[in-house]
Amino acid sequence: MEYINIFIKSVFVDNMIFAFFLGMCSYLAVSKTVKTSAGLGIAVTFVLLITVPVNYLINKYLLSPGALAWLSPRLAEVDLSFLSLIMFIAVIAAIVQIVEMVIERFSPALYNSLGIFLPLIAVNCAVLSGSLFMQERGYANIGEATCFALGSGVGWFLAIVAIAAIREKLRYSAIPPALRGVGITFIITGLMGLAFMSFMGVKL
Amino acid sequence: MMKSKNWKLITLPFSKQNPITVQVLGVCSCLAVTAQLKPAVVMALSVTVVVALANLIISLLRKTIPPRIRIIVQLVVVSMLVVLVDQVLKAYMYDVSKQLSVFVGLIITNCIVMGRLEAFAMSNPPLPSLMDGIGNGLGYSVVLVTLGFVRELFGSGTLWGYPVMEKLGLYNIGYENNGLMIMPPMALILVGIIIWIHRTRNQDLQEQ
Repeated sequence: MEYINIFIKSVFVDNMIFAFFLGMCSYLAVSKTVKTSAGLGIAVTFVLLITVPVNYLINKYLLSPGALAWLSPRLAEVDLSFLSLIMFIAVIAAIVQIVEMVIERFSPALYNSLGIFLPLIAVNCAVLSGSLFMQERGYANIGEATCFALGSGVGWFLAIVAIAAIREKLRYSAIPPALRGVGITFIITGLMGLAFMSFMGVKL
Repeated sequence: MMKSKNWKLITLPFSKQNPITVQVLGVCSCLAVTAQLKPAVVMALSVTVVVALANLIISLLRKTIPPRIRIIVQLVVVSMLVVLVDQVLKAYMYDVSKQLSVFVGLIITNCIVMGRLEAFAMSNPPLPSLMDGIGNGLGYSVVLVTLGFVRELFGSGTLWGYPVMEKLGLYNIGYENNGLMIMPPMALILVGIIIWIHRTRNQDLQEQ
């Protein structure tokens, strides 16, 4: 039950885009058509789903205060948490590279459709913040962290597909010339954010 | 010493090449930390320092970095600088550092930093790169500080924690704070309005 709560909460209440504005750069740049944005959404979900549990283990057994106690009792006082940023980003960059090579080897069709987006995911703030939020919120076990990662990814996917669908329709609207493109996308995202705020008080 | 070309690298990002309103880079952090002026200013300064120094370091190393692994090298340099900034903030401004939470760490993946490294520092000598970094950092700061100013003034009636609206006596004649301003979505709408004004004045920036 706890798992479902965390999943629903991270999809709707703590939505990466509408509640924290994370991953906005690619969200604004790639959301021109539904097809490409769905591809990017799936790729981000996939990378989150792998990196957050890996970083959870690294955080738990290497970085957090006293984490090295399993090696030897003398190391129980070591606190390496100042290294977490570098560790997390290195893990993410490495995993994105591996995922890219694996997809290229086993599914060239998927690789071609994702092609350019895959390497860019390494610098997508939604992915790094997935790991940082996981560390900050202190999930009890790896299952909870995985549910959180899946939920954040699905929430990001929903947001980018929704805005892409709206932008496809917007092409036929009369928008003031200065507001066309980026300007109106910002304002619509703001309005969607207001709508998503109605989930805020939801207690699960 | 300051050639006009270098000077231009600093001034261009304020308007025609503004990282947020024109290049649409580094938006995430600009929205989340601007509910009050103080965190917005601290964030703006941190990003400016990181962009300027990262541009300088990468520009010095640009001939020795193998192109295949340049992203990782850039990430390592940037994350080293961010860790330094993070530790300095924790040591001297602990309350602000708590308010900024993960967003200091997220400077690593701030697209302004990576974007300037890729677009400028990898192919230009150190001094212009440093200027370009400072210019882009300041262009980012202008938007950030404007947002922080408007949102704190109208959202909570204070500036840098100083109760402006109360001292002006506006509450006595029926003025109310606009709670919507502090909420995250309002930041997006404000950026949209800034872009609108900016592009009305610079017609050549408009999209088709």
